[in-house]
Parts: sequence; structure tokens; C-alpha cells
Amino acid sequence: MQKVSSQPSPVIHEPKASLAWIGQLFLVAVALLALYLVVSNLIKNPILFTQFVVSGLQLGFVYAMIALGYTMVYGIVKLINFAHGDVFMVGAFVSFYAVSRFNLHKWPETAFPGISEGLAVVIGSITVMLLSMIVCVMMAVTIERVAYKPLRDAPRIAALITAIGVSFFLEFFGALNFVFSPRFIPYDRPFEVVAWYIKDGIHRITEGQAPPDNSVTFSNIFIIIVLASILVQFFLQFLVRSTKIGIAMRATSFDKPAARLMGIEVDRVISFTFAVGAAFAGLGGVLYAIAYSSIYTQLGILPGLKAFVAAVLGGIGSIPGAFVGALIMGQAEALTMGYISTPMRDAVAFTILIIVLLVRPTGIFGEPEKEKA
Amino acid sequence: MEIGFLLISIIKIVAIIAYLYGLFWAMGHSSKWVKIGGVVLGFAIIQAALSVPIGGSTILNNFDSGLLFQACTMAMVALGLNLIYGFNGQFSLGQWGFYGIGAYTAADITFRWVNGDASGLFVVGIGVILGGIVIWLVGGFLRKYRRVPVLSSFTLYLVGSIIAGAVALFIGKSIAQGLVGMLGTAASPGPLNSPIAMQIVFFLAIVFAGIFAAEISFLFGLPVLSLGSDYFGIATLGFTIVVNVLMVNSDTILPFPEMKGGRGMIGIPKLTTWFWAFLFLLAVIVIMRNIIRSSHGRAILSVREDETAARAMGIDIASTKLFAFVLGSLFAGLGGAVYAHYIGFLSPGTFTFLVGFNPMIIVVFGGLGSMTGTVAASFGWIFFLEGLLRVLLSQMGTEAPTWRFVLYPIALLLLMLLRPQGLLGNIEWGFLKVALVKRTELAQEASETAASG
Amino acid sequence: MKSRIVLSILVLLTVVLASCTPAAPAQKEIKVAILAPLSGPVPTFGVMTRDGALAAIDEWNAKGGVLGMKIVPIVEDSQCTPDPAVNAANKVIDQDKVHYIVGEVCSKASIPVSEIANAKGVVQISPTSTNPDVTVGSDGKVKPYIFRACFIDPFQGQVGAKFAMENLGAKTAFIMLDQANDYVKGLAEFFEKSFTEMGGTIVGKESYTATDTDFSAILAKIAEAKPDVVYLPDYYNIVNLVTKQAKEKGITSPFIGGDGWDSSDLDTAAADGGYFTNHYSPEDPRPEVQNFVKAFGEKYKDEQGNPKVPDALATLAYDATNLLLTAIQQAGADDPAKVKDAMAGITYNGVSGKITFDPNHNPVKSATILKVTEGKVKFEAVVNP
Repeated sequence: MQKVSSQPSPVIHEPKASLAWIGQLFLVAVALLALYLVVSNLIKNPILFTQFVVSGLQLGFVYAMIALGYTMVYGIVKLINFAHGDVFMVGAFVSFYAVSRFNLHKWPETAFPGISEGLAVVIGSITVMLLSMIVCVMMAVTIERVAYKPLRDAPRIAALITAIGVSFFLEFFGALNFVFSPRFIPYDRPFEVVAWYIKDGIHRITEGQAPPDNSVTFSNIFIIIVLASILVQFFLQFLVRSTKIGIAMRATSFDKPAARLMGIEVDRVISFTFAVGAAFAGLGGVLYAIAYSSIYTQLGILPGLKAFVAAVLGGIGSIPGAFVGALIMGQAEALTMGYISTPMRDAVAFTILIIVLLVRPTGIFGEPEKEKA
Repeated sequence: MEIGFLLISIIKIVAIIAYLYGLFWAMGHSSKWVKIGGVVLGFAIIQAALSVPIGGSTILNNFDSGLLFQACTMAMVALGLNLIYGFNGQFSLGQWGFYGIGAYTAADITFRWVNGDASGLFVVGIGVILGGIVIWLVGGFLRKYRRVPVLSSFTLYLVGSIIAGAVALFIGKSIAQGLVGMLGTAASPGPLNSPIAMQIVFFLAIVFAGIFAAEISFLFGLPVLSLGSDYFGIATLGFTIVVNVLMVNSDTILPFPEMKGGRGMIGIPKLTTWFWAFLFLLAVIVIMRNIIRSSHGRAILSVREDETAARAMGIDIASTKLFAFVLGSLFAGLGGAVYAHYIGFLSPGTFTFLVGFNPMIIVVFGGLGSMTGTVAASFGWIFFLEGLLRVLLSQMGTEAPTWRFVLYPIALLLLMLLRPQGLLGNIEWGFLKVALVKRTELAQEASETAASG
Repeated sequence: MKSRIVLSILVLLTVVLASCTPAAPAQKEIKVAILAPLSGPVPTFGVMTRDGALAAIDEWNAKGGVLGMKIVPIVEDSQCTPDPAVNAANKVIDQDKVHYIVGEVCSKASIPVSEIANAKGVVQISPTSTNPDVTVGSDGKVKPYIFRACFIDPFQGQVGAKFAMENLGAKTAFIMLDQANDYVKGLAEFFEKSFTEMGGTIVGKESYTATDTDFSAILAKIAEAKPDVVYLPDYYNIVNLVTKQAKEKGITSPFIGGDGWDSSDLDTAAADGGYFTNHYSPEDPRPEVQNFVKAFGEKYKDEQGNPKVPDALATLAYDATNLLLTAIQQAGADDPAKVKDAMAGITYNGVSGKITFDPNHNPVKSATILKVTEGKVKFEAVVNP
């Protein structure tokens, strides 16, 4: 997708900037400090460092899944869809009800009694995820129709405010007693968590037993999140690059009037974009809930915000950008939590964002600014 | 009787809007005497309603006066944001951070003063003055060079400000040392702790806090304003979040044990009266209106309309943006300072980024680039959400108050869908009618998106 | 034209509203305001607090009210944030003319409310605000009209440390805390103080934020440090997350916490082996406890229709409201000045034990230590103040 610039910058060759060395010195100093922090800690305790990296990866891959929705929607309608994080929350809640109220994940066992246990769990879990994705898609499309579409001709900010309104509404309507209730609900996972540790090969951690010193632990959820996130990336790349609707999406994001002239149904493309983003947010919500196993109605605010920052960092509108940005955010957070202090993590994340934007004004993968015709 | 309250809260919203209309009309009158009389009368009406008891109770009770003060501070913050976003076109979510900086700075000054420590006032006072001088000097130095990269000038300003701060800390502490006897302690106040001295300190605290917020916004805005519009928005959102983190850790990361971090700062003298709130709100309105009318104002507007054309006209885009941003943050800082001394207690929970969307909502409610709209929306919003909705829902049983933040977003959605250009759109009242300026951005953007969407 | 429309709408509203004015109440009423964060960051705490307080009021009304007057609850949303809390307090005091406030939940909202209530001579009892500044002003003097029903931070922190040291034989402890939450911070501070005074060592202290969900960085450090106990004095939502992730990481050090753990939503499987200080044990056969749990479950159902189990917030709100109403009863008049004196000298048998107030208006009551085991919360020990 294409980032269309709103701020033209001159391309005329002017004389070399003076005093540039001061700024460069500053950047180098900051970079050296960061490098020193990372490397010194890596040398001090490489195992602990690896453990932080693993948790950063888990966080990063979840962010990546949410960031996709932000980046695609922004790429097409230039709207920061603040309600996206709440779609993510609804995804988590739908799966919660499916699993603990309706035992949906058990259906293969009831339908095919002879089925092997492993296969039943896999099919059951996938059904739950699909259900969440479908509900999220329906919700996102409704939101788009009701709240955003009528404002497509209005100033951009009006749509942004409605996005905030929708977000508030979902959070506090969801918190009513007869909807999701305001409680922090422990989440029943559709499958068991298995953890391993790495030390002289991979060993499984049994219940109540501590892994030996100097070992790196990880769980099956980590693997699932990584696989799902990568799969989603490839799927999206394929969707956007090689399918008809993907081409329509790119055309719409590039130039709406021209796309319409080419016979593309712009409204349907936009709805479709919202739907795809919501589907991945729903999937992300399920995986997030499974990983951290506690849900409440404001669960989506912060992951949503972080994912958006990640999308900006990677270059908003760019799909690989969202992916890379999310991974960087995940690492920055985990390492800050590990080596500086948890409260400073947002400060570090935003500092990285600002510095990256100063060096590359459209983010890491953002297409360079182009003059508005 | 209960329904009477509901009716009264509706009437209050209408009355306050009518009051604003009258005030702006009087201020816009050509006769000097009507102007002065109008302002004095405008002050006196509310002052009387607040303090003169009729039949045992005043017309405006504490509940109303609380809403009134909150509306005044919100109006200052929102006006600042309207200058940055509505008039200058820079999508900023950092206003709430500057509001918090102003609140904490002013609160710390007066808190220390009543507890017999003058260092707050002198360190901040000397700091903002030295900071101003440094900024002026560095600016002069940088003008000798062409095309200095923004990061370089930022580094220079940053180093200069840190030095200025260190010097101010040293001088301020030593001056304060000499005043300890004059101030006395909280238990036995000295001569400088008299009510009149307190009012002067309070005034200085507000002004210094505002300038301090403005200088921080200068340092922050310098690099960040060079980013594109939405990138700028997300960076300023980051600013609000980081300021909040620092507030939470003000007693651990920052060296201010009296702020008590997440526990909240208690014991701030409640000095805000209607006089101060009215004075500062009026000052913000007059300053902003006059700046918009001046050539600076036209530069600010032209940057919003078309940066390329503005550049062609010889307008320095970067410094115009910075000017609007710093001025807007100054207003936010003033608003924060007034707020801190109204509520007498500061907690980081007030300054989270989610609450920080409120000024943006108000500015859009009132209409971008409409000062009247912003002021009216600030009052209307508080009196609706905290006044009317509260009164209405608490009478509908014990379950209903949970619906307050369900109804509020619905109202928000409906309003945006019905009037995307804001409640008052283009309308300006009396004094605030600004000639020569057409608000074409909305129309232009609308036609652009209409063509493409 | 426009003004005419506005005018006619106003007139219409007036007529509609005037026509539905309720008839004047026949019986004399006494109003009690309940300030709770029904929206904002922690709506669940507000709902539980409100339900606990309403349960107490219903019981009294069923018995004929207080002093023969019907108790009318006025619920206000105060959002756990200073501004809305102040507005809510001003509204109930000035508009509804209440003389008694139960609330707020969070200290950061209770403190500004307490200043207003104290200045206006309105009795306020906060069920759950643990910050000492709620009842004591910045000048160090007790606010005569302000009370609380919960432990203050020093007590629970001390009890936790003592228990860890003496009963569990812990020598080293690791503290996890949320800097932004004063309840957590207070407990952690006093645990640290008591624990080191008694000769233990704090091997690590890490902070997180309330919106965190991933604690692996901190847990990795705990796994490194191998403490005898981990002190985690937060609410059950954080406890669920942390203990679950700790189990998955194979951390075996027991977790110790405070009354924030007390909830039916505590993940007993994850928190298995943990201990926490609380106000009462649900196994306690005392009639106050059993009646309350039963009455609360009958009155409130969760979204599936099962009876709700009261958590610490509901219990404390229930006790706070009962304390207030008992004090009104003992004062013999609807007069805040008398009620506050009656309250200061009260002795009341509540769900959380026998309660009296110390000179700083903090309740003096014993703490119970509970153990999470086999999916249940079991009684472990009683510690007296």
C-alpha cells in the first residue's frame, strides 16, 4: 500500500546544511548509549537476555497482528481507527464465551467420538478462532457502515472522534452487567499450555518443577503465536499482491477517484479492508487471551495503542513495516522492562519512534514522501 | 423536586451559553465603556451568584461552581489546542501533558511556599527567565547559519536549557535559603505567608507554570513538528504518556517527594477563585483573538491552508508552527495551574492519555477554528456530562449511573454524524468575529474526500 | 426561526418533566450517597462496592430502616478519578443534601472528596481507600468526619511480612509492585520495611503497570533470584496473570498478597500455594459472615444466573455501610455531628470481625491469613493487631 504524503518537502538541491555534525553527534551518543546498555547486559548474562528476547518476540508478534488492521485501514481511508483495539477485545470475549459457556472447542469429540485427542484439540481451537474472527468481521463492518461511512466526506477529524466514541462505547457498554460484565475474568484455555526449557537440548517442564538454572523457557503458545502471525503476514502479502481484491485495495489507497473511474467499487473495498483487519484483530484477541488468560473490557486499549505506534514506526500503510515495527516495539518493551524499569518502557518506545521518524520521516518501510499533484 | 433539578441543569446550560454570548457581545462593542462595563458585569454576575445567598442558599452551589471552574480550565486548554489544531492544522494529542506540567509546576511552587520553602518559586522563576534568555541567544546564534538540521538546533537548545536549569537551581536555592525566616513554617507562617502575599505568589506561580510548559513545548516541538501531521499526532500522544509516567514516578525517578508519585499530591492551597479563573480565561481569549487577528495569526492560518503557498509568500513554516504550538501549550499550562489550585489535590490519574482526548473532542465539538465554539463547547460539555447526565441518571435508580459512559459516546457519535463540522461550525460571536479569514480547510478537505471517497 | 424551535423544545421539556414529578414521599427519608467508579478504569470495583453497600441498605430497610426512616441510596459514578469524584461529591452534598457518603473506592478519588465532606460536615466512610491521607489532612490532623472500613497499608504489609518470616520461615523475598497504585505501593513499602527489620533480605523489587499483561521479564528475574517468597499485593486481576505465567515458567516460590486477592474471580489453580491477608474467611461459621454471603448471593446474580460471591470490595462496602447506619442508630438523630462522634466510639461486629476506630479513624480489627489450595481458599491463621 502507498503512503500519500500530506507534507511536501522540497527536493531542490540546496547548499549543504551547516552545523549538521551537532545533531549527528547527538544521535550517535544516543545510539551508543542504547548499544552499550544492550551489549553490556548481553555479555553479563546471555541466558537472561535470551529469555527477555523470547518474551519480547511473543509480545511483538501479537502487536504485529493488531498492527496490520491499523496499517491497512490507515493506508486506505487515512483514519486512525481507535476502535480497532476494542474489536480485538471483543474477539477475546467471543472466544471466552465459546469455550467456557458453550464448550465449542469440544465439538469434534462429541461429533466424532473416535477422533484422536490431539486432532480434536486442534480442530476445536481453530473453530473457536474462526468464530471469533467471524464475529469481529461482522462487528467491524457494522461499525464501518454506521459510524465511518457517513463521514467519508466530512473532515478526517470527525471520523477520528467517532472512532474514539465507538471505542468508549464498546468498552463501557461491554462493561454493563448483562453484556460482558465489568469483571476481570479468568480465561479458560481451549488447550493445555506446555512449556519447555532449553539447556542441553529441549526438555519439557513438568508441573511444579522449576527449570534448571541458566535455561531459556518457552511455551506452545509462543510457538502458536509466532506461527499464526507469520502465516497471517504471508496470507496478507498474497492477498494484497496477487488477488483481484488486493489490487483493488492498493489502487483505492493510491488514488480513490481514479480507482472509482477504473470501475472499482471503492466502498466495498473499504469495507473489505475493515473486515480483513478485524479478522486478524479477532484472531489476535483469541491468541492474546490464551497467552495471558485474563480478560476484561478495557483489555484492548493498550495493545491497540502499542500496535498503532508499531505500525507508525514501521511506516504506516506498509504491511511488512507493521510487522517489523511490531517486532521492534516488542523487543524495546521487553528489554526496557528487563534492564531499565517497567515504567520507563513507554518512554523508551516513544523515544525510539520519534528518533526513527526524525531520521526517516515516513517510518522504516514507509514509501518516501512524494509531491502532491 | 428531583425533576426540578433536572430542569435547572438544562436551564443552566442555556444560561451559561447566553452568558458567554452576552460577554462576547459586550467585549465586541465599539464603545470602550460598554466593553469595560460588560466585562465587569460579567464577572460580577457570576461572583454574586456564587457568593450572595438568596433565601439561605446561593444561586450557584458548590456543585455548579466546581463545574464552572473545570469548564474555565478546560476552555483554556481547548483554546490552546484549537490554536494548534484548528487554526494551525497540527494534529496534537500532547495538550493534556502540558496541562499536567502546568498543574504540577504551579502546585509545587505554592505548596512549597506555604510550607516555608521559597525555592520552588525562585528556581522555577529564574529557570523560566534564564531558559527564555538561552532560547533567545541560541536562536540568534542559529540565525547566522543556513539550513541548520532540526536535530542540531534541538541539541543546542537542549544543552542550553539544561545549563540554564542548573544555574537557576543553584541561584534559586541560595535565594530561598535567605528567605526561610520570612516565610516561617506551615505551623507558624511568617510575614511573607500572609493572604495578600499568597495571592501574589499564586499569580506568579500560574504565570511561571504556563511559561515553563511553553518552554518544554518549545524543546519538544522543535524536532517533533518537523514530522508529518499524523506522525506528529502520535509523537505528541507519546509525550502525554511519558509525562504521565513521570508523574507516577515523581518521587522515585524525579526528585519530588512532596508530589508522592501515584499516591497523589495533597495539601495544595485552594487559591483559585472565580476572579482568577475569569481573569485568566479572559486573558487567554483576548491574547488568542488578538494574535489571530495579527499578521502572526494570518501566517498561522496560511500554514494550515497551504504550506507550499505560505512558503512562497515568505512565511517561515517551521517557526510559525512552533509559535502556535508553544502558545497553545502556554494556555494549557495556565489552565493546569488554575485547575491545580481549584481541586487542591493532584493525581496522575487525572492526566492519563485517555482523558487527554477530551480537549480534542471539545475542539471538534465546537468547530475547528472557531474560538466561540471552543469556549461554548467547553462549558456545554462539562455541564452536560458532569452536570445534566449525572443529575438525570442518579434519579433513575441504582443501576443507571453505569450507563453514563454508554450514553456519552452515543451522544458523541450522533453529534458527529449530524454535524461533522462541529456544533457552532463557522459562527463566531461578537468580540471574536475575526475579519479577513475564511475557513476553507474544511470545505477543501471535504471536496477532496468527496471526489475521492 | 431557530430560537423559536429552541424555545418550543424547552417549553415541551418543561411540560413533560413537570408532569412526571413524583409524589412527595410520605415516610421520612434518610439519604446515603454511594460514590463508586462505575465507569473509568476499574468499573468492576465500583459495581462490587455498590452492590455491597446496597445489600446492607436493603437489609436495614427490610428491618424498618434506621430510626424509623427509610434509607434512600443515591448512587453516583465517580470514575476513580479526582474530578468526577469531586463533582459527584459536590452534587450529592449540595444538590441532594445528603449527610452521609459511602465511598470512594480509590484513594486518589477519596482524598479530594474527604476534604469537601469534612469542610461541609458530611460523614464519609470509605470502604477501601488505604492511603493514610484519606483520614488525616496534610497538616497532620485527623479529619473529624472521615472514616474508613479497611486496613491501612502498614498493617497488612506488616502482617504479611511477619507471616512470611515466622510461619513460612522465609529469609529472602522478592517484591512486585505497581508504582501508580497507591494501595499496592503502600503494602509493598511496609512489607519491605517489616521484612528487613525482622532480619530478612529483599532480593529484588520490580515494578509494573496496571495495564501490563506480560510479566515474563520480571518473572525471569524472579527465576534468577530464587526468593523464598514473592510479595505481590495487587488485585486479583494482576495476581491471576502473574501467578499463571509464573506457573508456566516453573517458578515455585510461594506468592503472598493482600486483601485485593479476595475475589471469586481469583484463578485458584494459578494462585495455588499462595497466601493472602484478608478481613475474614468464607469458612468462618460466624452468622455475620454466613448471612452476608447468603444474602449477597440471593440478591446478585452473575450473567449466568449463579449467585455472586462477594469479594473484598463488596464485603468492605457492606461493613462500611453497616458501620455508618449503626452509628446513625446510636447517635439517635440524623445529625452528622452526632453521627461522627458515635462512629468514633463505635464497637461493631461486622463481617470482617469486631471493629473499633483508632484515633486516626482507622479500623482496629484482626486480619485473617488465607491459603489458596486445591481450588479453594482455606483458613490458615488469625493475626491480631
